[in-house]
Parts: sequence; C-alpha cells; structure tokens
Amino acid sequence: MKDIKNFIEDVGWPRILIALFLLSLFVLAPFVGVRLDASINDTLVRFGMNGVMVLAMVPMVQSGCGLNFGLPLGIIAGLLGAVTSVELEVTGLTGVLTAMLIASPIAVILGWCYGLLLNKVKGSEMMIATYVGFSSVALMCIMWLVLPYKSPNMVWGYAGKGLRTTISVEAFWQNAISSIGAFRINEFLAFPTGMFLFFLLLCALMSLFMRTRTGTAMTIVGSNPDYARASGVNIDKMRTLSVVLSTWMGAIGIIMYEQCFGFVQLYMGPFYMAFPAVAAILIGGASVKKASIANVIVGTILFQGILTMTPSVINSMIQTDMSEVIRIIVSNGMILYALTRATKVRS
Amino acid sequence: MNNTNKLRMFLIRNAVPIVFLVVSAIAIPISRFSLDYLIQEMLIRLSRNSFLVLSLLVPIMAGMGLNFGMVLGAMAGQLGLIFISDWNIVGLNGMVLAAIIATPLAIFFGWICGVVLNKARGREMVTSYILGFFMNGVYQLAVLYGFGSIVPITNSKLVLSRGYGIRNTINLDNIRRCLDDLIPLEIFGIQIPVATFIVIGFFCLFIVWFRKTKLGQDMRATGQDMPVADSAGIPVLRTRVISIVISTVLACYGQIIFLQNVGTMNTYNSHEQAGVFAIASLLVGGASVSRASILNVFIGVILFHLMFVVSPMAGKYLTGDAQIGEFFRVFVSYGIISLALVLHAWRRHADREIARAQFRGQNADGGTK
Repeated sequence: MKDIKNFIEDVGWPRILIALFLLSLFVLAPFVGVRLDASINDTLVRFGMNGVMVLAMVPMVQSGCGLNFGLPLGIIAGLLGAVTSVELEVTGLTGVLTAMLIASPIAVILGWCYGLLLNKVKGSEMMIATYVGFSSVALMCIMWLVLPYKSPNMVWGYAGKGLRTTISVEAFWQNAISSIGAFRINEFLAFPTGMFLFFLLLCALMSLFMRTRTGTAMTIVGSNPDYARASGVNIDKMRTLSVVLSTWMGAIGIIMYEQCFGFVQLYMGPFYMAFPAVAAILIGGASVKKASIANVIVGTILFQGILTMTPSVINSMIQTDMSEVIRIIVSNGMILYALTRATKVRS
Repeated sequence: MNNTNKLRMFLIRNAVPIVFLVVSAIAIPISRFSLDYLIQEMLIRLSRNSFLVLSLLVPIMAGMGLNFGMVLGAMAGQLGLIFISDWNIVGLNGMVLAAIIATPLAIFFGWICGVVLNKARGREMVTSYILGFFMNGVYQLAVLYGFGSIVPITNSKLVLSRGYGIRNTINLDNIRRCLDDLIPLEIFGIQIPVATFIVIGFFCLFIVWFRKTKLGQDMRATGQDMPVADSAGIPVLRTRVISIVISTVLACYGQIIFLQNVGTMNTYNSHEQAGVFAIASLLVGGASVSRASILNVFIGVILFHLMFVVSPMAGKYLTGDAQIGEFFRVFVSYGIISLALVLHAWRRHADREIARAQFRGQNADGGTK
C-alpha cells in the first residue's frame, strides 16, 4: 500500500490520469470500430515525428533557462534549411541531410544570439522566450514573401515570387529517413525503423553529452547557480551553450517532422509549435527545473498517443470531433500544473 | 552634465513611444490617408479599446505584471453577450443585462486566476498567459458543445446547423453602437461617441480614487515588496487575488464595450485578440511591466492603433504588396511586447547585479566577472 502511495507521489496524479485515459482509449478502440493496429501505427509515426522537438527542451531545462517556448526560432532555421534544399532540388537522403546541414549554422547563430538575450533577462526567460518565438515567426512571414527563392515547386504560381504556405516535399525527400530499414507487419501497421534509429541516436548522444564534464556543469548551473559559480563554472557560457543546443535540436526536429509529414509549413505554421513539445515533456514527468531523456520518451508517447486516439475513438463514440478542445485543455493544463507546482517545491 | 543625463534617462524610459511616433510620422504620408479619416478612426478606436487597456492597470499596481489573464474577463463578457443575443434584448438594456450576467462569471474566473497566480509567484505573466490558453479550451468546450445542449439556446440563428454549439460569428445588431450613439455629437463631420468617453472618464476617476483607498495602498505596498508588506500586516495573497478579480471584471466590461462598437463577435477569436492588442497598446504607451499610468493608456491606444491603421496601406504603397503590410502589423504587435519585456527584465537584472556587487563590497561593474 505504501509502495503504491509512493509510486503515485513520484509519478504525480496528472500523469497517471493521462496514462489511464490513453490506456482506456486503446481498450475502447476495437469496440467502437477503430482498428488497433492502425492506431498503433499512427502513434508510432507521430512519436517519431515529434520526438526530436521534445528532446530539444532538455538542455535548456537542465541549465535553468526554463521551458523553451522560443522553439519557433529553431524551427525557422530548420524551415530555411528545408526550403533551401528544395530550391537546390536535392532528393532522397542527401536532400534531408542537405537541409540539416544548411539549417545547422543558421540555428547555431540564431541560438547564440537568443542565448545572449536570455542571459540578460534571468528570471523571466519563459515569458520572453514565448514572445521571441512569436515575433520571429511574424518577422519570417515577411521574409518568406521577400526572400529570393525561385523554384516553381515553392513559389506562388501567378506572382512568380513569394513562398507558398505549404510546400510539398513528396517529390524530394518525403520519408527519406523513415524508410531506412522500415518493414511492414501487416496492411495497417508499418514500422518506421530509420526515424526511430535517428531519434534514439540523438537521445543517446544527448544522454552521453549530459554525462560529460560540460553536461554536468550545465546541470549544476541549472540546479544551483551559486555552487556553480563557486566551482568556477562560467554560468553565462553554459546557459548560452544550452540554448544553442536546444535551438539546433529544434531545427533538426522540424526537418524530421517534415520528412515524415511530407509538407513544409511556412508563415504562421510554426507559431504554436512550441506548446505541444513543452506539454509532451511535462506529461513525461519533467518539471520546470528538471528533465531527462526518459521524460522525453514517455511524454511523447503519452501526448502523441492521446492526440492520435482521441479524434478516432471519441469521434466514433459520440459522433463529434472534440479532439481539438481536448488537446488544448490537456496540453495547457499540463503546462499550468508544472508552472504552479515548481514554486511549491521551492518554498 | 546632469541635464544630458536627465535627457538620456527620458529617452531610455520612453524609447518605445518615441520609436512609434517616428515610424508613424514617416508612414502617415506614405499611406495617403486623409487627416479627417485618421482622426475619426482614432476616436473610434480610443472609445473602443481604452476600457480594455485600463483594466490592466490594477494588477500592475499590485506588482503582478501584465495580466494576460484578462482574456478570462473577455470570455465572461462574451458569454453575457451570447445570452442577451439569444433572448433578443435590444439597446442599452441589453448591454447592461449582459454586463450583469457576466459579472459573477468574471468574478469567478478572476478568483481562479488569482489563486493560480498565487501558486506561481515570480512567474505570474507566463502563468497567466498559459491560463488564458487553458481557459480558452474550457470556454470552447462549453460554448461549442455545452451551449444548445445543456444550456438552452432558443434562437436558432445562434446555433450551428448540427443542433448545438454557437456559430463562429454572432451578429450583435441589437446592441450595435447603442452606447456610442447614446449622446450623438458631430463636429466638422467627425462623430464623437460622447457616452462611451463619459464611461471611460468615470473609470479613470475610479482608478485615481482607488489608488488613494486603503486597498489601493495595500496593493502598491504588495507590489513594492511582498515580504515587507506581509510583515506590515497586509494580507498579501488576498490583496493579489482582489487585484486580479477587479482586473478581470473590468476586462469583461471592456470587452462588452468593444463588441458593441464592432457589432459582430467572433465567438472563438475575439477574446484572444483582446489580450494581445490591449497589452501591446499599453506597452507602446510607455508603460513597463511594473509601472503604468492612465496617460500611458491613452497615448498607447492612439499610437498603436495609428500604426495599426496606417501600416498595411503604407506597406502596400511602399512594396506594392498588401500582404507585407499585414504581416508587418502582426510583427509589430508581438515585437513591441517582446521589446518591452526584454527592456524591463534587463533593467531588473542589472539592478540586481549592482545590488549584489555592492553587497560584496566591490565596484558596481564587477558583477559576474
């Protein structure tokens, strides 16, 4: 009995409720005529699509910069990479890698500036990160219209300039990573091996990095800045590094997302993209001050599972699409829970 | 020396409004709007938005930053308007009834918001922001699924064709401009919504009076320093909740005034825009996260909306593409909030570093090195 109580306390009520909710959806699915294998397939695909962006939260949380609501900044770097690779008409795996290669330096530069900014505003990082994300997306809206891209696959047909709101990458590199070593189990269930391997590789690298000297220093900066200062760690440098890392992962994350999704979404597309990632890592058990790779994996499965299952199952049950509303309530409720709980622990 | 210093301080303090003034001054001739049109437009927008922006003042006084939770008040106001549209109550009566219905809801929402923010001391702004999103989900759940099924709605014009849930846009013809046109006045062909300005004027007086009351003083003390206020016997947490409740209720009235002027309501969008635009206006007026006056409100509304009206046309004539001006407008609203937040946090951070350095008995600039 005591063990159960401890377990509940460790995991936290919201997480248990969400896990139970997801489980009941999976149990209900066959009864309301939703194919279980198709649902599992969708969950797996979406897990792979979104995993990297959730992983991007880890370094900044660990270094005490809070949840990275400024993820759109990294996403923009990724979009620039993706759009440029389409412009260059590179296809297949090379296409995706080119996109990542182009996105990386942009993400590093943007992340570095963003990190310097966040160092100046210690204590209110999250609010400012949100608005840095928003304003950069709005600025890029103008840039997408103005930048000199010429490829007829991407610009508006009649004007001959200005990028379209959604650009298909199907002819270039859709599923270029997902399809590596992918195999089908049956008609509805396929396993995107390549995407998972890539995600796990990044997870492993991140986990290794967190164990290195620099990674440990980063964690110390987050958990006890005074101690870090006393042991000679350069706080600002560590924080900037974590922000650069997070922004870069955001860029890689969105390219992973696009290669699976098949479309590049520009303009207001990335506007709210930080919120699902933030919600996912929090559902996985992270707090505003602490996050681990396990949190990322558990959280992404739970959150994306709910996003996949609610439309199909609830739709079949009550003939209405409530998934959007449920998504808003669950994701923001989770963020709210994390924000209000962290102070309680501190005081 | 002292004078140049003062000038520099003035410029730094008012950097945001000055930048706005300069940009507008350049953009107005380019946009080719007539002066008459602009004055009329500014008057309308002043009457429409001032009340919403004024509702932000009280929480700033209590040191809780910009109340992004004012969205909750706007939601309450819209719920009130949905009911009076359903019952088809016309004119000023309808408006007042909407306010009466919405008040208890707004108080309740405000109380929730206050309690939540008390649990997240030190990060009120981001929490109230997320709370706005969260309550938006709850609002959608109620209005999209509850109204017409659990809550009875008789007017079929309001309900979606599937039988429940409110339509995306509601026509508020029955209360359209009822407050604005209560006392008609026209000078040189420019209509002035006198009654609305009287309401706003009363509200400004209320704020001035409120600052002098015991509660107002308590709030200012709480805003200055919570532990000190606490040891002085001020019920800090309660005071903070009250400040948020007041702000939410006022935002609710503000939204009703706003919508009676606009005349149509986007059931699922109007409240979200209210928050962003009100906060951007206040910051453009030279207010900061910790200091805002009534003057900031009016300057802010005029400057922000001047930009808002002028920039799409200016952008169109400059670049030949109307869309760029449109996006520029969005960029400005978000950019200005980021800029103001960064400036404020920056200053606070610098103050803290200086204080810390002095505490350690070093030079003020020896901070982190």
